[in-house]
Amino acid sequence: MEQRVPQSTSLLAIRHLSKAFGGARALADVSFDVLPGEVHGLLGENGSGKSTLIKILAGYHSPDAGDVEVRGVPVRLPLAPGQFRKLGMEFVHQDLGLILSLSVLENLRMGILAAPKNRLYIPWKRERAKALKTFELYGLDLDPKARVGDLLPVERAMLAIVRAVEGMRDAMAEAHTDQGLLFLDEPTAFLPKDQVDKLWALVREIVKTNASVVFVSHDLHEVLQITNRVTVLRNGRHVGTVTTAATSRDELVHLIVGQALVSLDAAHDDLRNRQPVVRIRDLEGSRLRKTALDVHESEVVGLTGLLGAGYEEIPYLIFGAQKCAAGHLVIDGKSTELTSMTPSKAMDVGIGLIPADRQRDGSVGSLSITDNITLPVLSSYFHKLVLLRRRMMRDARRLMARVDVRPAEPLMTYSALSGGNQQKVLLAKWLQTKPRLLLLHEPTQGVDIGARQKILTLVRESVAEGAVVLCASSDYEQIALLCDRVLVFAGGVLVQELSGNEVTTERITEQCLKSVQV
Amino acid sequence: MPIDAPAPDPMHPSDESLRQRSYMRWQKLSSIAGQYGLVIAWAVVALFFTLLPQTSQIFPTGNNFATIFGSQAVIVMLTLALMIPLTAGDYDLSVGFTLTFSAMLIAVLNVENHWPIVLAVFAALVAGALIGIVNGAFILIFRIDSLIVTLGVGTFVGGLVLLISGSNTIGGVSTGLVDWVIVRRFLGIPLDFYYGLLLCLIIWYVFELTPLGRRLLFVGRGRNVARLSGINVDRVRLGALISSGVISALGGVVYAGTTGAADPTSGTQLLLPAFAAVFLGATTIVPGRFNPVGSLVAVFFLVTGITGFQLLGAESYVENLFYGGALVIAVALSQLARRRQALETGN
Repeated sequence: MEQRVPQSTSLLAIRHLSKAFGGARALADVSFDVLPGEVHGLLGENGSGKSTLIKILAGYHSPDAGDVEVRGVPVRLPLAPGQFRKLGMEFVHQDLGLILSLSVLENLRMGILAAPKNRLYIPWKRERAKALKTFELYGLDLDPKARVGDLLPVERAMLAIVRAVEGMRDAMAEAHTDQGLLFLDEPTAFLPKDQVDKLWALVREIVKTNASVVFVSHDLHEVLQITNRVTVLRNGRHVGTVTTAATSRDELVHLIVGQALVSLDAAHDDLRNRQPVVRIRDLEGSRLRKTALDVHESEVVGLTGLLGAGYEEIPYLIFGAQKCAAGHLVIDGKSTELTSMTPSKAMDVGIGLIPADRQRDGSVGSLSITDNITLPVLSSYFHKLVLLRRRMMRDARRLMARVDVRPAEPLMTYSALSGGNQQKVLLAKWLQTKPRLLLLHEPTQGVDIGARQKILTLVRESVAEGAVVLCASSDYEQIALLCDRVLVFAGGVLVQELSGNEVTTERITEQCLKSVQV
Repeated sequence: MPIDAPAPDPMHPSDESLRQRSYMRWQKLSSIAGQYGLVIAWAVVALFFTLLPQTSQIFPTGNNFATIFGSQAVIVMLTLALMIPLTAGDYDLSVGFTLTFSAMLIAVLNVENHWPIVLAVFAALVAGALIGIVNGAFILIFRIDSLIVTLGVGTFVGGLVLLISGSNTIGGVSTGLVDWVIVRRFLGIPLDFYYGLLLCLIIWYVFELTPLGRRLLFVGRGRNVARLSGINVDRVRLGALISSGVISALGGVVYAGTTGAADPTSGTQLLLPAFAAVFLGATTIVPGRFNPVGSLVAVFFLVTGITGFQLLGAESYVENLFYGGALVIAVALSQLARRRQALETGN
């Protein structure tokens, strides 16, 4: 499977790279090449070593062993922080590194404004013209004066990429080379799926100019679409580099997980004639317009649509996490006005919410897993004026084992877990409250395939234990796997309902794309 | 460290776990060193002045230790007051002014208006709670940064102190109060030391052993997380600010009892020592968290050093050097610890 490439032709050659953190091995003897002018995918589950590899190249970590060659020239390891620039490399990380309160132009020229050869006077007019020209070159339609915080997520991602490419270009001129290397570290993880096409066009433009792109992602669909070759890491080891055109989704899955996945029960039952458990009427948010929906006994209902369709507000409106303009909820016959809903009232009537942004809304990374997991049920551990900390830890350990969190070490800080395990902890946190209505928003975002499978299975198990589920997501495949019924939204309005055999990835995708013309 | 990266060997699965275990043991050791570092430093400082010929006559005496322990109750209380809103994620810069106001109110009511001392003390505590409510109202209703609100409210309260006192020191506070604060002793140390200790114990209990303590921590570390987990964030923040007001006022009671008088300015200079102690305290006992026992250790570490140098003949500048230096070094230390932690977890 390994493609042997003559040393002289590869842009980046990684040889026998190893790195351990304390006792934990992150990278073991990894070797592969990135060729000039290719898009090279880097795949692997969370914790497979992708991030460590990237961080070694960016100069954050020093490797324990191994060599790196750039354009055939050996590089002295460890790299100094920022040294990658001089080598004609650039990185775009998931968080993009943009300052939301500043303008597009200010963000674009940030590196140059901070450069040592700073001038006393910045010719803003000329800079603006230059920026417009750059945007035109890459087919971007951005106003240099716009505030970055007002841009769409995909526009922000593209701005960050263009900025990196520009920086790379300057460095290439200084290094007297025309071959640049751009690393995109999961730039699409938080983007709506229907918008990433624009990003691909940009990546293709970049490759045309003789630069190479290393593309790190969880999304196999994207990787198959955009890359020329793919390298897969598993448990810190290099398990293969394959040519994209000659591989398949199944082969990649096999390489990533080491085994074929058991498919979830894909048969969907039409449960609409069952007893309705939840009735929502006249729900109105900032984008969502008057909406009514029911959830029946044992039902998992998907909420989806294109970006800005308004469906993504629904879980937060029901939970009282976001102010709603109007709305009425009946759950098990008890009725509540949603305008006065608060998270604690929602919990009292048996509702649980797993938000999409687990770093900001879901958990506190600097505190222990035990502290995070027991937060919603703290009072039940207060006995005879003392918090039963040992019992909290024991229960946390039991919950972690149930949702398969590894390592099952309840006193570890939450942030030390990989993304998939973090999400499983959040699920455990809410499942222990035995919710009657479980609200999910992008439950498997930025999570590896194995964890995703586990999370979907756990949601199904909670249904078997008596919950009903509302899941808002732009991941159509996941919706199709998980839901019995899917509601498609456009412009804040419910436009289509799919149920039973209609619930397939293709049908959902089709309905969402069709909804634009409405 | 070269890694030989052996192929997975089902016959010797313990190799990895062995290395993991020795790493864990090393980490445990280094974390214990970090946990008690400040306590050790305190012992070293005390030992230093005990052995130093110039101070060895005076420093290691019961009298000196009684002074060290007995003179710090006001700072201990102010430190504990500050710690509660800090844990909930809010600064309270008004604590020093609240303390001064409380002491002055007692003096004015007791000395000039002849209120019984118990009633005057009660009024001072109510005033402290009111200041907390005002702080909370502006921070929570108008969503203003706590730094700005408490700086403004504190300065305003400082103005009130000058107003009610006519900018004068008022002496002659009831000997009953003085008696119960500083004259009576237990094991040779004035009672005010034990008040501080008791308060520290109560706060330790709340922080460590009650759900409220956890909620406070989550509100400080992740407001959204707390809110979406069903915690009434605003109520917790308001409660923290009121507590800090009341405890600062309690510090003012002890202040009035210690000196038998209230002066309009000196209490406000205690804000920085309290900040230094609370941040230095966060590097010890429960490293990375504001914690009451750590704060107590920090207060006494700082005062031991200062007393030692003063016995050597250093003048009041040594206090500024110590408190200012400690604040900056403590914050730098906690930053370093955070960076190391991030490096070890590979984030």
